[in-house]
Amino acid sequence: MANYNLNINGTTRQVDVDPDTPMLWVLRDHIKLVGTKFGCGIAQCGACTIHLDGNAVRSCSVPVSAVGEKKITTIEGLSENGDHPLQQAWVEEDVPQCGYCQAGQIMNAAALLDNNPNPTDDEIGKAMNGNICRCGTYVRIKKAIKSAATKMA
Amino acid sequence: MTLIKTSYNRRSFMKASALGGSGLMIGFSWLASCQSAGEKAKLPEEWFDINAFLKIENNGRVTILSPNPEIGQNVKTAMPQIVAEELDIDWKNVIVEQAGYDISKYTRQLAGGSQSIRQGWESLRMAGATARRMLMEAAAKQMEVPVSELTTSDGVIKHSGGESVTYGEVASAAASIPVPEKVELKDPKDFKIIGSPVGNVDAAKIVKGEPLFGLDVQKDGMLIAMIQHPPSFGMKLKSLDDEAAKAMPGIKDVITVSTKIDDDKRQWSDTNAFTELVAVVGESTWQVMKAKKALNVTWEADSQMESSIDHETALADFMKKKPAEVTRKDGNPDAAFKSAAKVIERTYSAPFLAHNPMEPMNFYANVTAEKAELEGPIQTPEFMSKSVSAILGLPEDKISIMMTRMGGGFGRRLYGHFGIEAAVISQKVGAPVKLVYSREDDMTQGTYRPAYKVTYRAALDKDNKMTAFHVRGAGVHGSPVFADRFPAGTVDNYLAEDHGLESNISTGAWRAPRSNFMAGIEGAFLDEVAEAAGKDPVDFRLELFDRAISNPVGEKNDYDPERYAGVLKLVKEKANWGAETPGVHRGVTAYYCHNSYVAQVVDIVMDNDKPKVKKVWCAVDCGIVVNPSNARNQIEGGLIDGMGHAMYSAMTFKDGQPEQSNFNNYRLIRNTEAPEEIETFFVDNGIDPTGLGEPGLPPISGALANAMAKATGKRLYNQPFVNEALALG
Repeated sequence: MANYNLNINGTTRQVDVDPDTPMLWVLRDHIKLVGTKFGCGIAQCGACTIHLDGNAVRSCSVPVSAVGEKKITTIEGLSENGDHPLQQAWVEEDVPQCGYCQAGQIMNAAALLDNNPNPTDDEIGKAMNGNICRCGTYVRIKKAIKSAATKMA
Repeated sequence: MTLIKTSYNRRSFMKASALGGSGLMIGFSWLASCQSAGEKAKLPEEWFDINAFLKIENNGRVTILSPNPEIGQNVKTAMPQIVAEELDIDWKNVIVEQAGYDISKYTRQLAGGSQSIRQGWESLRMAGATARRMLMEAAAKQMEVPVSELTTSDGVIKHSGGESVTYGEVASAAASIPVPEKVELKDPKDFKIIGSPVGNVDAAKIVKGEPLFGLDVQKDGMLIAMIQHPPSFGMKLKSLDDEAAKAMPGIKDVITVSTKIDDDKRQWSDTNAFTELVAVVGESTWQVMKAKKALNVTWEADSQMESSIDHETALADFMKKKPAEVTRKDGNPDAAFKSAAKVIERTYSAPFLAHNPMEPMNFYANVTAEKAELEGPIQTPEFMSKSVSAILGLPEDKISIMMTRMGGGFGRRLYGHFGIEAAVISQKVGAPVKLVYSREDDMTQGTYRPAYKVTYRAALDKDNKMTAFHVRGAGVHGSPVFADRFPAGTVDNYLAEDHGLESNISTGAWRAPRSNFMAGIEGAFLDEVAEAAGKDPVDFRLELFDRAISNPVGEKNDYDPERYAGVLKLVKEKANWGAETPGVHRGVTAYYCHNSYVAQVVDIVMDNDKPKVKKVWCAVDCGIVVNPSNARNQIEGGLIDGMGHAMYSAMTFKDGQPEQSNFNNYRLIRNTEAPEEIETFFVDNGIDPTGLGEPGLPPISGALANAMAKATGKRLYNQPFVNEALALG
């Protein structure tokens, strides 16, 4: 066990955990931020996507000891009032079915738009290919990303 | 307005009471309506059968409490829409809440599957209409005018003389109005909320990552538990060395648990291949995951360890073998095949599939000597309650189960062994626990869509008329064939036969059971028969429907040929079927299941020998569409689910051991593989609503196979298609 001071959604949080504990479980079990979801545990589904210094990473495969002073953003901290253009677009396009994967989809899309504010369909597809939606809302996910990109332009 | 007698069992169906002196509360049986007509008669006549509430507060705010868990099919939004429509209120003033679990009030809380809207239609409308009528009667008393002179609109009651009151203003008074014997239902032409694409009531919480799901449950003093089940079907626990695991940080206990329920107490939902398990209990998920890896478990053979090749051989043998169980025979198929000008015979197969809902199996349980509290994602809490009662030896009234929103199910959460395991573990360690399955634990646990094999034969006469049709199906734990579905009824000589293969690999209902395979292969086979007959596949099917309309063969045909033909004609028109675009390859099929009709046309292009789906057109007849946005979402998701699994997914076995365990070796469809565009058209016929969560899935694999045959000249017979033509992947 070791102590870590983590910058999560702009606040410093201290945890005492094993160094190999994935950020996913630090967030869910220790910080009690459960918006970041467990799907596969091996970085294959994207449900656990968070941002490390603005880059989308799979938190199930990032040990807490590797985070250092990097800024962690989770779905709970993506926007102050849940009104990031992507969150709004997700509601407007009525994207979710079960909803479980959507926080990860939105976090991945947010990092995409930060790097590429006006992505083509192909670029969206490639960027989002690591995020599985078992309900099959892919067509709406694409629409919502394009709609948010337009609004952010 | 249509005046209808509020039929079955008024007294048990509805109860009105004052809402703390400041409004009206109507309790009604939501679930009575989610069950088949036969089951309704068995419902008890007492207050405790009331399981949903409609609250109208003095400020006009209306709260509808939904007792059913939400699994992604959007009933939590759509069912209250039906109540709100007949109540005649502004949807903006409606709040939908998940009803809290209350064993004293709610019994029979269960998710209704694809039938929720269909079965709930009448009683949900009556609940809204009854409340509206009581509010009107209260207003009539207050205004001292006859009810017949009143009208309602958006929560306001107006008298023809000009006076008006809001629902909120008469809500308290309405609580003393007797529940009326007859209520008026709206003419569907006047619907405003039904047919409106109101948003998912949980959308804001979902996009903010608020706790909604079973895995998000946190309780004081709660420990985390994980299980280790045998690595292979046909194995059982022999011995356990838990010394290393127990010594690891945060680990509270390692135990063995049995969840085997006596045969006389087993529920249908107790499907489970593994009832002897090792459980690791600790403070946090990661600690428990690590300790699981440190377990030293020895397993031993318990029964046959089967491989996929064994299933393949056995199912193939069934295709040649007689006798089979004949499930339908019309005319003289033998003679018709002997005298045929052409006989087309094809065999199709599909592998086992895992459900793989994105939220892994989990359940919270806190079991003490006096009671058991459970919470988590489950479609069948009623059966879970009975099974938990049997295994713990606690009476059912000491067991409570709270249902959470479910991160997908696709049938997986009908089988609640994970809740029973959580309860047994909690009892044994004497602490509240949340049981968490890893993805691997779930994918290798069983409850799969069974492997299937089906042979079709069709006979054409010299005029290319289909004179005989024969289907012989086999599957693990049963055949997938529906004997009375199309093309039964359209051909004079017809034979349907079944075989079932026993196995120790557990299987269960998987989204659109059996239809998920039958629709696609029927569509692919009839495409080949039409080709052999020199006919367009749409025209060929329409000719068969004409026969079923004008002079059907047999009396048990379970579809309406006019509605079936209707969706095919609609998709033909919308997709401009028959038009050829260079480089674009088209396929079509249609299917009927869950009381709904779906026809699909798919356009693909080949890109580096891989198919790219440019567009899918869907024509759907599910009667009245309650929420068009979600309805389209269900159809879109269903067809992506259907094409993804037909293209890419398989569970296979070697000596009882699953060869896939996570998304690195079990392939699911991903964003770039989904269609670029989907356009869905609903038949507007005013018929009462039918299933929608499943019917979008089954046909697409047939339409896709037909389009790929056009593109490559090669017909695809075995799923997943990617294995048949490796270049496709």
